[in-house]
Amino acid sequence: MQAVIGWVLRIGVIVSICIVFFGGVIFLYRHGHEIADHKKFKGIPDFISTAGGIINGVFAFRGQAIIQLGIVLLIATPVLRVIFSAIGFVLEKDYLYIGISLLVLLIIFISMISGHAG
Amino acid sequence: MSVIVFTLIILVGAYFAGLIGSLTGLGGGFVIIPLLTLLLHVDIHYAIGASLVSVIATSSGSAAAYVKEGITNMRLGMFLEIATTAGAMTGAIIAVYIPTNYIAILLGVILICSAIMSLRKKAEQVLKQQNGWATKLKLNSSYPTANGTVNYSVSKVGGGFVVMIFAGVLSGLLGIGSGALKVLAMDSIMRIPFKVSTTTSNFMIGVTAAASAVVYLQRGYIDPGISMPVVIGVLVGALSGSKILVHTQSSGWLRWVFAVVVVFLASQLIYNGIIGRI
Repeated sequence: MQAVIGWVLRIGVIVSICIVFFGGVIFLYRHGHEIADHKKFKGIPDFISTAGGIINGVFAFRGQAIIQLGIVLLIATPVLRVIFSAIGFVLEKDYLYIGISLLVLLIIFISMISGHAG
Repeated sequence: MSVIVFTLIILVGAYFAGLIGSLTGLGGGFVIIPLLTLLLHVDIHYAIGASLVSVIATSSGSAAAYVKEGITNMRLGMFLEIATTAGAMTGAIIAVYIPTNYIAILLGVILICSAIMSLRKKAEQVLKQQNGWATKLKLNSSYPTANGTVNYSVSKVGGGFVVMIFAGVLSGLLGIGSGALKVLAMDSIMRIPFKVSTTTSNFMIGVTAAASAVVYLQRGYIDPGISMPVVIGVLVGALSGSKILVHTQSSGWLRWVFAVVVVFLASQLIYNGIIGRI
């Protein structure tokens, strides 16, 4: 089980960083000579602010959408690790820790929903 | 400044942040937020978002190695993650209502405390005494050392849990891993061997950061143009740091250099926060 969890973490980081890098190259190629301005907080461009928008952007080969896809996968990596730990505890029939893993997942889920409302 | 120059500056800065962060065990977020806000005048919300993403990358990357070695106490990590994720969610939600200059001041104070704590002498301790809650939660475990497997027990589970909630709030509010506080809770309160507490803390940082990153992502705090060079730079820097760490043992002077740098950056954050420039 430890080997599987180590593997999930490693693959998750490698895959998402490669996607971020690939998106970064496209982004710099297209927008490299524009002026960088991040002094005032104004959120992120509309086309990458929703899951659907990111997916459409990826298919349209837009750099920022590809970077954002990589970042979403990176954020999902530790969450995926919790899911795999939960499966491990199911195999060990450790009901206490199945409950604890599910509680952690529930908290992250609530956090996701609260972010949506805010 | 053009986007390409901006990206290159962040890449180089993030590389050194990741390198120093992994050599001292403090993590890369500590240097990257002051770098982005003070030097490049990036809004602190974007800086926090980018730092959180880099924290997830480095902690997951190094956790992968530690988990395989069998040092990490996964049950303990999972149990305490209830506290850190709940705290991180709270931190991310209240971050919106706190003026940015207060966030900068708080970050500066936490930076100074963590730098001082990183200079502490670390003694390996092994507790044998069994404790009711730790036994019920199956937290007592063992870890491999050069002299064979060592069994250890965990004390004051409740106290450790409460400090972890606080560590989670700071992580969600400031976009740092708050590893120093997590280690302090496991080391000083729960009396866990140092090697186990550092690796288990690292194991928990990724999930804690993910719990607040899902909020930041939807609020638009995670900007691809800033996060991209930060995450790549910090991760590559942390990788080279772990390579150096294997070859040299004398990171004592390095801790001092880093502590001085961090205190300098932190006082800049506090100063700019007080005069309201951040």
